[in-house]
Amino acid sequence: MPKIESVDHLTEYRRQIRAQRDPKQQQVLVCSGPGCLPLGSTEVAQAFQEEMQAKGLQGKVILKSTGCHGLCAHGVRVLLRPQEIAYEKVTPEDVPEVVETSLIGGKVVERLVYQDPVSGQTAVHKSEVPFYQGQKPLVLRKLDEIDPESLDDYLVVGGYRTMRKVLFKMSPEEVIDAVERSGLRGRGGAGFLTGRKWRLCRQVPGEMKFVICNGDEGDPGAFMDRAVMEGDPHAIIEGMIVGGYAIGAHQGYIYVRHEYPLAVKRLTQAVAQAREFGLLGNNILRSGFDFDIKISQGSGAFVCGEETALIASIEGNIGEPMPRPPYPAQKGLFGMPTVINNVETWANVPEIINMGAEWFAALGTEKSKGTKVFSLVGAVNHTGLVEVPMGTTLRQIIFELGGGIPGGREFKAVQTGGPSGGCIPKQFLDLPVDYDSLQEVGSIMGSGGMIVMDTTSCMVDVARYFISFLFEESCGKCTPCREGLRQLLNILNDITSGEGKEEHISLMEEICTTMASASLCGLGQSAANPVLTTLKYFRAEYEAHIRDKKCPALVCRPLLTYTIDPEACTACLACVRECPVGAISGPKKEAQRIDQDICIKCGRCHDVCQFEAIKVE
Amino acid sequence: MEEVGLLINGIYLKVPQGYTLLQAAQQLGVDIPTLCYHPELPSEGNCRLCVVEIGEHPRTRLVNSCTYPVEPGLNVQTHSEKVLQARRITLELLLARAPKAKLIQELAAEMGIHESRFKSEDPYELCILCGLCVRTCREIVGVSAISMANRTPGKLVTTPFLEPSDACIGCGSCAFVCPTEVIPYIEKDGKRIIWGREFELVRCNICGNYIAPMAQLEHWAKLTGEPVEHYFVCRDCR
Repeated sequence: MPKIESVDHLTEYRRQIRAQRDPKQQQVLVCSGPGCLPLGSTEVAQAFQEEMQAKGLQGKVILKSTGCHGLCAHGVRVLLRPQEIAYEKVTPEDVPEVVETSLIGGKVVERLVYQDPVSGQTAVHKSEVPFYQGQKPLVLRKLDEIDPESLDDYLVVGGYRTMRKVLFKMSPEEVIDAVERSGLRGRGGAGFLTGRKWRLCRQVPGEMKFVICNGDEGDPGAFMDRAVMEGDPHAIIEGMIVGGYAIGAHQGYIYVRHEYPLAVKRLTQAVAQAREFGLLGNNILRSGFDFDIKISQGSGAFVCGEETALIASIEGNIGEPMPRPPYPAQKGLFGMPTVINNVETWANVPEIINMGAEWFAALGTEKSKGTKVFSLVGAVNHTGLVEVPMGTTLRQIIFELGGGIPGGREFKAVQTGGPSGGCIPKQFLDLPVDYDSLQEVGSIMGSGGMIVMDTTSCMVDVARYFISFLFEESCGKCTPCREGLRQLLNILNDITSGEGKEEHISLMEEICTTMASASLCGLGQSAANPVLTTLKYFRAEYEAHIRDKKCPALVCRPLLTYTIDPEACTACLACVRECPVGAISGPKKEAQRIDQDICIKCGRCHDVCQFEAIKVE
Repeated sequence: MEEVGLLINGIYLKVPQGYTLLQAAQQLGVDIPTLCYHPELPSEGNCRLCVVEIGEHPRTRLVNSCTYPVEPGLNVQTHSEKVLQARRITLELLLARAPKAKLIQELAAEMGIHESRFKSEDPYELCILCGLCVRTCREIVGVSAISMANRTPGKLVTTPFLEPSDACIGCGSCAFVCPTEVIPYIEKDGKRIIWGREFELVRCNICGNYIAPMAQLEHWAKLTGEPVEHYFVCRDCR
């Protein structure tokens, strides 16, 4: 790669690599996102490589391992361009057929395209798959197109054009104006206006300032930021250069959890490429602006996603939050004014400057502009990453893009915003999703996790799960969060094991109120949400656990009773052999009985019975 | 020095810029309970007992007064119902954590709480994790021999890896500052035992009384630049 010395040189280089590429050339794009990788996308790509070589296609067909294609439930995904044929669930065994039929024969392998689970209708092209219809990818746009390890790929699709425009044609004030006018709000959760944050930081006097990218994505089931860091690392770098220029910072940090080794590798590689190429370092493209980026790895503490704890962690201190003010924009990393934004926020910046603030502001709702990436997981057919305009309803996301609930079961709730988000019930399915509407129903946008639950989920158990996660992850610095979570978990453990008392509900409400109002940081302040929302929308379930000692969703084992239906029992004795405590007995060749005094409610008899003779209630 | 005017419990007062809300309230004679606050140490807002309500109804919020700086025209309530409720629950939670800690019992009793409704996991626990000891060791003594370890489930104050630490000079400042007297500190027969280490105490060259461990005298010598022998005479005989 040549060292780029000037703007003209960059333009010339971009022209050169574009000229070398034929947009009509056949491309095979294999998803190597967080979902497809464990399903064997490396092997699929390898199989393509070998098969194409055997068929003499090397040089004629471009093979790329790209970032996430979105529809993880149907991985490994392979996209053929320029035809836009989207293949699903591709295994290495399918590859010879794809090469033969599609790459050589120019036809479609029908059995590998999307098929609607209900109507059976197929969709050959990506744009016809319901999952992609209704999406508006800005941040995820390039993910299925570029090789994340290739700077050339990023340049071909217009990468670093925004940086050039900003460094040579805009003043820092103009950049901040544009970001402010766009209405972009922080994608990490709190939704603070990005432009305002930048302006505050710019106004604070100081020779040395910092920008930080928060890549400490720790919500269970969330992988939006991971997909962007792994799939489009240069977009983050470009966003940070723009941000650094706007606030007057010359050093950036990307804080990424070390549990994301691929993201660490790709970001490190991308930073090195940009530096080698002259897009990072001193006097970038002779603009007079110096900027460089360091990668800082987190050690897996959820609380380090909180900005002041993250800063402490980069400084080498214990990852615990500090009270604000002073805000990081005033006094942040190493005591210097610091702007800290989430991965998705930074990745939005180049596009906003490039396409214009007004274009961005035209998307979304009145107070929440642009798009949002959600990781759609749980009891939904099409699990994966979706990017939709703000204001898209939960119903559209879950039922149209997400393809509804598997197994014909009924939707029960969706939890948004990570472990400290709230559980939103059925009556709010038509809620337009944005920062403010989610807050109104007691949840949060968070970083965009969306966990769908069906009727097999017990909401008390769900609350217990999230509280136990938060209890493990709370840093323990302030009393309400540390002791509040401890007691909430105690109480929820009691309720789900049949020890619940009437006064537990009001006791939990009192703890929650104090946690929300008096905790030091955002973790503690929002940690009560899972309990508060389930108490609000699913109170009857709590009451069933406490008063009737019953779990309506049949999840909380200590509250279940296993009995054998004598009509259905065939005396096969499978359950007798399986029971670990010898609670099942009966006369030979007759229906068996479970001794309730001995039964430990492990459920193994139920799992092993082939005649549905074990009844649970 | 520039002054800032603000309202505390409806009373207008002016205090120097840079004051915290706690300092301003103290100037007014308003008593705000604190646990992790110490005037000689940087505040970290851990215990949340000093929370006050700021802002205009209905958009008010609680902040810890020990770090929040005074702002012109800020409306502060130090004993509103919202504040008292948060303090009550915080104390009740602490009482469940450390049921035998005298200070917590007293503060709770002042708020009308004599027994916690929450489960007590360890009836002998005394540490409330206020962090005064850690900050004293770091900021005043300057050796950082102890620190917080772990997160919520197993959080505790300890030396590195729970082992006797070479960094500890045996000064006992941590035990002195501890509000619940939880740090084991024994001094007898010319020895001081703290954090799993036994320190031989140096005797005064003149009166023969015990002064302090050698490590502590050496630390003083390092800080002041005096030869360590300078400290072999106790304060009374000097």
